[in-house]
Amino acid sequence: MVSDMPRYLMSVYGAAEPGEFGSYPSKEAMLQSFADTGAFNERLEKEGHFVFADGLAEATTATTVDGQGDKPIVTDGPYLEAKEYLGGFWVIEAADLDEALALAADASKACRGKVEVRPFQTEESFKALLES
Amino acid sequence: MTDPSTESAITRAHHEEWARVVAGLARRFGDLDIAEDAAAEAFVAAVERWPLDGIPPNPGGWLTTTATRKAIDRLRREARRGTKHEEAALMNDETPSAPTGPVTDDRLGLVFTCCHPALAMEARVALTLRLLGGLTVAEIAHAFLVQETTMAQRITRAKAKIKAAHIPYRVPSESDLRERLAGVLAVIYLVFNEGYLASAGEDPLRGELTAEAIRLGRLLRDLQPDDGEVTGLLALMLLTDARRSARVSRTGELVTLDEQDRGGWDQALIAEGHALVRERLAAVAAGDRPPGRYQLLAAINAVHTYAPSARDTDWSQIVTLYSRMATIDPSPIVRLNRAVAVAELDGPQVALAEIDRLAGELDGYHAFHVARADLLRRLARSGESRAAYDRAIELAGNPAERTYLMRRRDQLS
Repeated sequence: MVSDMPRYLMSVYGAAEPGEFGSYPSKEAMLQSFADTGAFNERLEKEGHFVFADGLAEATTATTVDGQGDKPIVTDGPYLEAKEYLGGFWVIEAADLDEALALAADASKACRGKVEVRPFQTEESFKALLES
Repeated sequence: MTDPSTESAITRAHHEEWARVVAGLARRFGDLDIAEDAAAEAFVAAVERWPLDGIPPNPGGWLTTTATRKAIDRLRREARRGTKHEEAALMNDETPSAPTGPVTDDRLGLVFTCCHPALAMEARVALTLRLLGGLTVAEIAHAFLVQETTMAQRITRAKAKIKAAHIPYRVPSESDLRERLAGVLAVIYLVFNEGYLASAGEDPLRGELTAEAIRLGRLLRDLQPDDGEVTGLLALMLLTDARRSARVSRTGELVTLDEQDRGGWDQALIAEGHALVRERLAAVAAGDRPPGRYQLLAAINAVHTYAPSARDTDWSQIVTLYSRMATIDPSPIVRLNRAVAVAELDGPQVALAEIDRLAGELDGYHAFHVARADLLRRLARSGESRAAYDRAIELAGNPAERTYLMRRRDQLS
């Protein structure tokens, strides 16, 4: 069943080259954050917000492909040069931005990072785009 | 030819009904563009019809009905183009949607939408003035000294974000209410200061912002009468605005509080502001939460406006109020203002010692150098005073204030 609740992407950014324990100061801190994030995810599922969530491998492992020409051009590395890269994300459903921002605050606490909240296009906004 | 009474009825309806019409439509149609455009069209219709047909017995009802009809016409046109099916279904819904939870004024929900923390401050200000204040985009652009296209884009972008990110049109939950309300008050106070601080300039439109902020403050108090800070902000704005005409001389020079002609103060605004401050004092005495920053600032202004002359000012009261303020907002600016009051109570020497401790934090702030210059002058340290005036003049943005500071500097022996 497709829900008509708005969907949001919650992204977390981290250093391009994380240290021994990722962006965490110690192994204990890392494990504690994983546990908190796990508990947060369970809560998202239980409350019906969860769509998808996962963490990404280091940005240095990314490959960029441009297939718009005759032959695809493959480049080592992420698309944008930056100091920080996307490290993980959630896709959630929430009633409105207020609810999404409240969840993001808890997500930020659990994963020990800033969380960017961005709405997905909706069927309506996509239609408006086609009609414009 | 519009009869002046019809014209004033239209102006009054615009002040009183604009926000209600926009908010009602926003709730019903769930779309700020439709709400704003339909409300604007309804007022255009009023300008055309009322001089011919007479002022309707219930102007607000007339405007709401007309605006609703305009909105439905627009949705019908769009539906005919084969779009917006779901909205088209709404056309037949003549009953207002059933309120859920406690019945609240639609305008209150719209206040929180316009002042949502997910929007940039300048977008909050612009949306509040457009959707709640009913100012035109051109007026807002003018007041904030930006191009009309820039302001139009700012408003369009904010509305697009509200729509795409699903920023709700409703009053926040009890747990968030206080903090969100503080955000709303910050927007209104910013609008007020933008008008008040610029009102020394030659531009009357910027001064209009103070009137608009006061209107918004009154609206918010109607909607949230029990919140002490809402009342405090309204009192603060009234007591500040009451002194507006005495604040600039005929030659366009700033007149400081101690030199103002108190007979030129607006007694009606002062009486209203004092009544609000008394209401808050009684509420706090009866066990309401301790006053926040706007109530304290209003109380400070009440002490000034109670005094028949600058000499009669109860400075110990003012120092006490600033000390309380410093406990909730320990910023150097609050400490600076406190020190200025201390000078009246304990003399310039004591105050100067307090002010000099703020030099590191406030060196780039003109009011710091103004206060120092004045204290040094009173201590007959003319050379240092002159240097402080020079620095203050360099940093002051307001031409009326610069003129005043230059005269003070040139009067030094």
